[in-house]
Amino acid sequence: MADGAAPVLDVKGLRTVFRTRGGEIHAVNDVSFHLNRGELLGVVGESGSGKSVTMMSLIGLLPSPPAEIRGGQVLLDGRDLLQLDDKGLQEVRGAKVGFVFQDPMTSLNPVFTLGDQLMEPLRKHMGLDKTAAANRAVELLELVGIPDARRRLKAYPHQFSGGMRQRVMIAIALACDPDVLIADEPTTALDVTIQAQILELVKELRQKLGMAIIWITHDLGVIAGIADRVMVMYGGQVVEQAPVRELFANPQHPYTRALLKTIPAISGPREDRLKVIQGQPPILAGAPTACPFRARCEHRHDRCDRENPARRAIDGQTVGQGHDVACHWSAPAPAPRAEAAHA
Amino acid sequence: MPEPLVKVDDLKMHFPIYTGVFRRHTGDVKAVDGVSFSILPGETLGLVGESGCGKSTVGRALLRLYEPTAGRVVIDGDDVASLGPEALRKKRPTMQMVFQDPQASLNPRMTLARIIGEPLDEHTDWPKAKKLERVYELMDQVGLNRRFANRYPHEFSGGQRQRIGIARALALNPKFIVCDEPIAALDVSIQAQVVNLLEDLQEKFGLTYLFISHDLSMVRHIADRVAVMYLGRIAELSPRDALYARPLHPYAEALLSAVNEPDPVLAQNRKRIILKGDVPSPANPPQGCNFCTRCPKVFDRCRVEKPQLQEVEPGRFVACHLFDNTAAGSTGAPEAFERNQQGVTQ
Repeated sequence: MADGAAPVLDVKGLRTVFRTRGGEIHAVNDVSFHLNRGELLGVVGESGSGKSVTMMSLIGLLPSPPAEIRGGQVLLDGRDLLQLDDKGLQEVRGAKVGFVFQDPMTSLNPVFTLGDQLMEPLRKHMGLDKTAAANRAVELLELVGIPDARRRLKAYPHQFSGGMRQRVMIAIALACDPDVLIADEPTTALDVTIQAQILELVKELRQKLGMAIIWITHDLGVIAGIADRVMVMYGGQVVEQAPVRELFANPQHPYTRALLKTIPAISGPREDRLKVIQGQPPILAGAPTACPFRARCEHRHDRCDRENPARRAIDGQTVGQGHDVACHWSAPAPAPRAEAAHA
Repeated sequence: MPEPLVKVDDLKMHFPIYTGVFRRHTGDVKAVDGVSFSILPGETLGLVGESGCGKSTVGRALLRLYEPTAGRVVIDGDDVASLGPEALRKKRPTMQMVFQDPQASLNPRMTLARIIGEPLDEHTDWPKAKKLERVYELMDQVGLNRRFANRYPHEFSGGQRQRIGIARALALNPKFIVCDEPIAALDVSIQAQVVNLLEDLQEKFGLTYLFISHDLSMVRHIADRVAVMYLGRIAELSPRDALYARPLHPYAEALLSAVNEPDPVLAQNRKRIILKGDVPSPANPPQGCNFCTRCPKVFDRCRVEKPQLQEVEPGRFVACHLFDNTAAGSTGAPEAFERNQQGVTQ
């Protein structure tokens, strides 16, 4: 993981607040993470955990007001994106950072052809002329596995199925060879067999293009299949971060542990009863002064009410490099449980 | 074997397509095209498939929220598909539905007590106090605090709203409940709460469920038997454990292999069958077997002849020519299984 090379993206202490009539919502609280070159970082969390807002904050995709970025640094190749003006951000978006959204139905413009939408970033960021852009667009559609690409440039989004549209979205995001691809629940709206197609495609593209990917999802199954490293978010904070196998074999945070147990398995022994996380996710009014998970936690003690736990490394490495967790409670040694899971 | 509570026989639900200036009837969307199954009392039948395969339409046609095009639906002794309006109204209390979207299926202008009590207003002549007592009882049963009775749906979270929908479905002591994707709109940590509640209620009141879902791991958890649908027809109907251990129909096999296992070690070693292409339109299904355009094991006969659902092993029904034991020369399932295994898996 940490091979000494500088990460392509380094986020430090990011804080995003929404100002609403009902008061402030602290959606992202002091989030720090990095993304290495060629790495796939999975970001897991429920709706409202701040995972999408974090990523949208990075490249200024949130409307302000109501959103306000209160602090932090977003270093892309050493340059702080939070200091850029709109024009500077426009140059970064699409060219350096590609974004794939959840819903392929609504994120393509219905009145423009695919060709128009694919060629727009190519002409804008790479200064290609019309023919060159069209040729590149055909290449991109072929790359994401859309047959008969040249003819399809003239097609409109409604002529495509959901899976095909998501392929087009990926093609657009890849158009200018971005260093970082942010995919926000890209397969959630798709059926399982189509989802499997897209996951295969992404694995293939990673090998071919070697770009770094941030993959946001609430589906631990997807993460298990494609991520190198996983970051678990809850209540606008990073509660646990670890390489993927380590996280699944040795989860530390009570939330991660519970989350892994609430999903029924598709193979192996069948649980008689599902384990439940009682209660609801927190409402993030005000800066956190206590652990956001305390109301639902089975290991809660008084310190959790007084103090928001900081992330601490559990494997002797610095926070963010190996396995770290934001919890006052220490999980017992994992060995028997991990063995049982693979027996 | 006990008499089934629900018996569906060759159910068809076609939606007409009208085109042109004269709105001429030019075709049909065959959302459900000849589906047969039965559900025993106290049993949960899982109905799985991808979007557009017709699974929700089956659920709705069963309760006659749609007028079925053809077929019989016998629920607790009466053919629901042919009941007259008044008889159908009398029948409604035995069969209820829990909808997918708890946001859209609750009237935002009604308080919780009125929503849950509405079936009582409609089907009983109880005095007000007795109705309210019943509403409170229902709220206790689904784990809603009685203090919330006068609140409105928007004040509740998704999981709580789904509990309201379940309480409403329970109000008239139904025997049979169609759960149409009851957990699809909920967060992972909330899904388990609702599923456990449904299981508790089933045990307590001896309910029979048709559990419609695209979440194959949740269906494995809750269902006793599972029907896999593809493009308006049942591809395979098998007991749960048998299906998940060894799916017979090539589509069931591909569908199960596409499920993401929340375990990185297993995920890496897993053989997936990646289906090519998309589901064809139900307005224009392929000739022969519905699945022949995407099936990795397709052969000539599939493109000509529609396979019928037949019992290939005790309790297991498959609609696939690979398992056809009526054809001359074929000896049935075991051999077919071998042939099945030689198919393309990548």
